[in-house]
Amino acid sequence: MTYFPEEVVEHIFSFLPAQRDRNAVSLVCKVWYEVERLSRRDVFVGNCYAVRPERVVLRFPNVRALSVKGKPHFADFNLVPPDWGGYAGPWIEAAARGCVGLEELRMKRMVVSDESLELLAKSFPRFRALILVSCEGFSTDGLAAIASHCKLLRELDLQENEVDDRGPRWLSCFPDSCTSLASLNFACIKGEVNAGALERLVARSPNLRSLRLNRSVSVDTLSKILMRTPNLEDLGTGNLTEDFQTESYQRLTVALEKCKMLKSLSGFWDASPLCVPCIYPVCAQLTGLNLSYAPTLESSDLTKMISHCVKLQRLWVLDCIADKGLQVVASTCKDLQELRVFPSEFYIAGYSPVTEEGLVAISVGCPKLSSLLYFCHQMTNAALITIAKNCPNFTRFRLCILEPGKPDAMTNQPLDEGFGAIVRECEGLRRLSISGLLTDKVFMHIGRHAKQLEMLSIAFAGDSDAGMMHVMEGCKNLRKLEIRDSPFGDAALLGNVAKYETMRSLWMSSCTVTEKGCQVLASKMPMLNVEVINEVDESSEMDESHGGLPKVHKLYVYRTIAGARDDAPDFVKIL
Amino acid sequence: MAATAMDYAHVDVENLKATELRLGLPGAEETDKMPTSRAGSKRAHAGDHHEEELKAAPPAAKAQVVGWPPVRSYRKSCFQQQSSSKSKATAPAEVQKQEEVAVSVVAAAPPAAAGSGGSLFVKVSMDGAPYLRKIDLKMYKGYRELREALEAMFLGFSGDAASVNPSDFAVTYEDKDGDLMLVGDVPFEMFMSTCKRMRIMKGSEARGLGSSKE
Repeated sequence: MTYFPEEVVEHIFSFLPAQRDRNAVSLVCKVWYEVERLSRRDVFVGNCYAVRPERVVLRFPNVRALSVKGKPHFADFNLVPPDWGGYAGPWIEAAARGCVGLEELRMKRMVVSDESLELLAKSFPRFRALILVSCEGFSTDGLAAIASHCKLLRELDLQENEVDDRGPRWLSCFPDSCTSLASLNFACIKGEVNAGALERLVARSPNLRSLRLNRSVSVDTLSKILMRTPNLEDLGTGNLTEDFQTESYQRLTVALEKCKMLKSLSGFWDASPLCVPCIYPVCAQLTGLNLSYAPTLESSDLTKMISHCVKLQRLWVLDCIADKGLQVVASTCKDLQELRVFPSEFYIAGYSPVTEEGLVAISVGCPKLSSLLYFCHQMTNAALITIAKNCPNFTRFRLCILEPGKPDAMTNQPLDEGFGAIVRECEGLRRLSISGLLTDKVFMHIGRHAKQLEMLSIAFAGDSDAGMMHVMEGCKNLRKLEIRDSPFGDAALLGNVAKYETMRSLWMSSCTVTEKGCQVLASKMPMLNVEVINEVDESSEMDESHGGLPKVHKLYVYRTIAGARDDAPDFVKIL
Repeated sequence: MAATAMDYAHVDVENLKATELRLGLPGAEETDKMPTSRAGSKRAHAGDHHEEELKAAPPAAKAQVVGWPPVRSYRKSCFQQQSSSKSKATAPAEVQKQEEVAVSVVAAAPPAAAGSGGSLFVKVSMDGAPYLRKIDLKMYKGYRELREALEAMFLGFSGDAASVNPSDFAVTYEDKDGDLMLVGDVPFEMFMSTCKRMRIMKGSEARGLGSSKE
């Protein structure tokens, strides 16, 4: 192969978009390494502390699309203290120095400052797409900088970020010359936006395919906008409250009917049941529907809408849909692939109108179902076994029974067998979250059968170290393991230390791991960062819990070639 | 105000209720009957285990565990915003309230995730339990709700339920001055503002504390 000119090798590599494949070819020889690294366009960094940003930029100077993830997943549920880390600054600074051809930046669970956004806006002349998911630390001033300076901006996608609102000015910062927008999502911006500025921006963006508004946008503004976007494929509405006259809703229906390409609908902030009939004209063409921010819609409203959605593939909904509503989904949405049912109340012993029956109905009616997130207040082994048989195509199965440690609602047995059936039948399962009363047996099943499993989330489960050890031994493809409030200690932590090098990360909180165990791990595996995270007044707690060795409250272990990070706060100890 | 520290629970008609742990607080009324659910109140004991075993779905127990259910704080804060805008409160004002630093004695959640008006998370330990819990005092309107929540949380740790005697437990807290106080003496609001952490004591220590309260 060394006799081929480099251009030929590079051309061959261009058929390998997957990072895994490109990583593999770069190991073959020095020539291939060089060709590969200079032609790499997409770089994905799953853990921002696994590698230094300078090193990434040095190796891949011609990268066009960079994707970086920061905090561990459990940060979504406030288990990671604020100021833990995950700063975007160093990444943007390094890129600004080393790869000015950058066009796209994706960040998830990172802390992004306005200064960083301003640097981003000014450093990359070809910058086209900024996607921020579950980030924080910035304000609408940072967005104003992006709008003002990124002349070629095609995509500004803000998903579920905590954004400090400094007024509506930012939207007016898009210059009149900016006509390239194809995707704009500002649903998570809490404050008002200037309706006129929004309408003008939409009017000069002929390529707009995806538009997600925030709750301040009125029905009338929405109607006006939709008259200008006949090619819109994805829409997030503004508020649809009952304050408006029926005329407004009629105008909305007319406007929606113009959007023949519309496939995906979300928003429905403060949605009044009166708005539901307006949506009917587009229901039949929808493949995606997100009603999970509409607690004001009752089961009957939801089912009326969904009964028209025969092409639906992705549905996000609140549990107020109830089991009977899920029956309607099951009989209508034969192409359903992804279902998420969120709780409308957040108490741990809460009641939910959805039970195992709703999910069984879905499994009967929607055999293509492959991705599930389901919050309910009760489940049974029998139901899970039935569901597993009906839907063997699950790749993501996340079940959250609201009450920790709750047994089978019929038999009062642990739910080991039910989840066992899931991992046995669903050979392609890549992601699993378990809940309810669970013993070490469930982990035995998981270790034995879940061979493709990449991510496992455990809460309030298991009896002993053996549980975690089954998983560590058996799940060959495991990349992320996150555990809370389960009785796994040092023996489990140290049972298979070499495995951590094959994984992205391990999270353990409120388990029975001790600091000594963590120190042993750190000394055996120098290529891991072992972070012990203690909250402020933890020190007096240590001896209270169980007599004997002090327990570690939160532990985050990850492989890294960057060494111990230098931005850790006081309450994080890196062993 | 009731004189005794412990509320000796009435023997319930449902046979298993008699074996349940009752944590009584002074001034508390007799508890309501908990509604039975399909799951019943029998529980599978898996031998020596640490996991939490809560009573089958009593809606009254508004217990809160940090980070549970696993719902993104963004989603939770959206709901609080929505319920406020439904009641015609100004949306920006509500946002402001949530951005305030959580009134939290032990720093737990980032401000954005706090319940409307902030939250007041305190640690709760129980003698003999392998790990502590955290509860948000602001979730409870009074001592009775608090008691129910604590029961729901710590039921699993009482071991053989039949041998449990309510007078063996005392719910105490550490106040601002660092003193160990019995829960229930002062008005609930005052308790909320002075409580730094809670501890459920059992055994001989508790007995002494319980009987001395007048």
